[in-house]
Amino acid sequence: MGIQTNNSIVKWIEYRLPVFSTLNHSLIDYPTPRNLNYWYNFGSLAGVCLVVQIITGIVLAMHYTPHASMAFDSTEHIMRDVNYGWLLRYIHANGASMFFLVVYIHIFRGLYYGSYKMPRELLWWLGIVILLLMMATAFMGYVLPWGQMSFWGATVITNLFSAIPLVGTPIVEWLWGGFAVGNATLSRFYSLHYLLPFVIVGLVMLHLLALHQHKSNNPLGIDIKGPQDTIPFHPYYTAKDLFGLGVFAIVFAGFVFFAPNYLGHPDNYIEANPLVTPAHIVPEWYLLPFYAILRSIPDKFLGVVAMFASIFVLFLLPWLDTSRVRSATFRPIYKQVFWLLLICCVALGWVGANPPEGIYLVVGRIATTFYFLFFLVLMPLIGWFERPRPLPESIGASVAKTGGGAPADAHAKPEGRV
Amino acid sequence: MRPIAALALCLALAGGPALAAGDTTPPKSVDWPHGGPFGTFDRAALQRGFLVYKQVCAACHGLRQVAYRNLNEIGFNEAQVKVLAAEVEVQDGPNDQGEMFNRPGRPSDRFRSPFANPQAARAANNGALPPDLSLITKARAGGGGYIYSLLTGYRNPPAEVKLAEGMSYNPYFAGRQIAMAPPLNEGAVEFADGTKAGVEQMAWDVTTFLAWAAEPEMEARKRMGVKVILFLLVLTGVLYAVKRKVWAEVH
Repeated sequence: MGIQTNNSIVKWIEYRLPVFSTLNHSLIDYPTPRNLNYWYNFGSLAGVCLVVQIITGIVLAMHYTPHASMAFDSTEHIMRDVNYGWLLRYIHANGASMFFLVVYIHIFRGLYYGSYKMPRELLWWLGIVILLLMMATAFMGYVLPWGQMSFWGATVITNLFSAIPLVGTPIVEWLWGGFAVGNATLSRFYSLHYLLPFVIVGLVMLHLLALHQHKSNNPLGIDIKGPQDTIPFHPYYTAKDLFGLGVFAIVFAGFVFFAPNYLGHPDNYIEANPLVTPAHIVPEWYLLPFYAILRSIPDKFLGVVAMFASIFVLFLLPWLDTSRVRSATFRPIYKQVFWLLLICCVALGWVGANPPEGIYLVVGRIATTFYFLFFLVLMPLIGWFERPRPLPESIGASVAKTGGGAPADAHAKPEGRV
Repeated sequence: MRPIAALALCLALAGGPALAAGDTTPPKSVDWPHGGPFGTFDRAALQRGFLVYKQVCAACHGLRQVAYRNLNEIGFNEAQVKVLAAEVEVQDGPNDQGEMFNRPGRPSDRFRSPFANPQAARAANNGALPPDLSLITKARAGGGGYIYSLLTGYRNPPAEVKLAEGMSYNPYFAGRQIAMAPPLNEGAVEFADGTKAGVEQMAWDVTTFLAWAAEPEMEARKRMGVKVILFLLVLTGVLYAVKRKVWAEVH
């Protein structure tokens, strides 16, 4: 586990503080399944997004003024007067979208390959907590420019808590710091928006600690049985992750430089006005599926419960999924239903962007029903009744048999190998 | 979410009865010279558009995020900017006697808004509030196309539409009734470059100017974007080659 070096300074430090061996252990020699496909790039990409958001955010905070009468103008000051302020702000605003895009792909990858199953339950839990904190952080960040959508989004979302019986209204007033969304709300959101990303950093550390305990899952979903199944993280996955990062950066730059407001809402370039309500109040795209679930339920309180349940149900996943096989590659029925779930989530996003009436309401209700049906009913049942295809003996054997090409990609066909 | 909006629109249109008198006409899609990944502002149109803003729009609409010094960027030299800024009086102070005073504008001042506050603006405009135009092309769905459509979209109302007192008919405006009377009239301004000041021409020019006012960084952004993307394409190509080389022995 120690580190081989002749450098006396490194030795001196290492003897007192084992940073070099720790880094070596977790980033260089770290044994990684040799068959990870490109869907496994999104974890490190999410980490990059977090760092980008923190760096741009810290610089933006140097120029921004969290006051109800100055926030909007100080945002425009950043866009117009601060050197490359437009670049910082567009990276930060689009970076939030990129972060969610990457994390959603990361989560669906976990769902497909069964990465939440024994012994990775706590790894999965930490991921969900990170997602929840990301949502809170992104929501509060969206309030800071103090545009119309900032203000009314904050009003709608904080008002959800008023659905709680008896203590709802006091809770909402406590969140607001007053009797309406106002300067006190803005100040505390700013403070928390600065704080929570560092909490996320801490949770990411724990997420990695849990990951490194039992190592990465892989597209075959079978355990690492020995050194023949793994390769060191460096140079193999550093090279692969860097290539993925390059592709991601091109997409990111495309938005920042050529369509910086495509994912935003025009109303947020109108200063907040408590007396004028926008025709349609919509959150950012990454919260739309949850917004759709909220509005699919005719009762306010039950709608709020359903919305929170849609995330909290993920905590139960390791036990709701009764199948002992991790990877959907070997689960013919689950695989089909998985894609239905993905379609259902996209449909919910589309519904959330539109007013809750007519066809949107119908689709929203069907998709909401399917969403909960998937986790609460289909997952346990499929696990019991499905007959999984035979699993390969080991990762190494599978790679050797498929030979050439990508390391045992997701669709490696194991038939005929009993 | 523009594709979704378009889809929603199709559904709304297919819905038939949904298209009541209150619905709006979708804005014209305009092919601006400053659109697309390489588009740049038409400098002559920017300067003409500034004149239209100054002589027509500025009577009611502010442009408070823009400073007079920014006019440098659309081709006015420093001396011209000083003269333009000095045309308005701005309040400053307090002075050594503790009193506020008026002085001629300086290039560092932001555009002076025509009204002291929203209440004054409403009082002078039949209860309607003329919005500040600094961000108008970013703050409306349809962007510049919407502004251009609105400015050129005034019509006589159809027989079944009853206009409220002091309102004008404009199918592009939400509700189709707008408190702003048709702002552009043939020959309302006289362009120094001899361009004929038709309504469409003035609408085109002032929309170009407002697009610049909303996104003064646009040209620098696109220029940088082209360089960044080209760099990333090369870098990513190299990284792909590295990845192939590193993994060659594993396969």
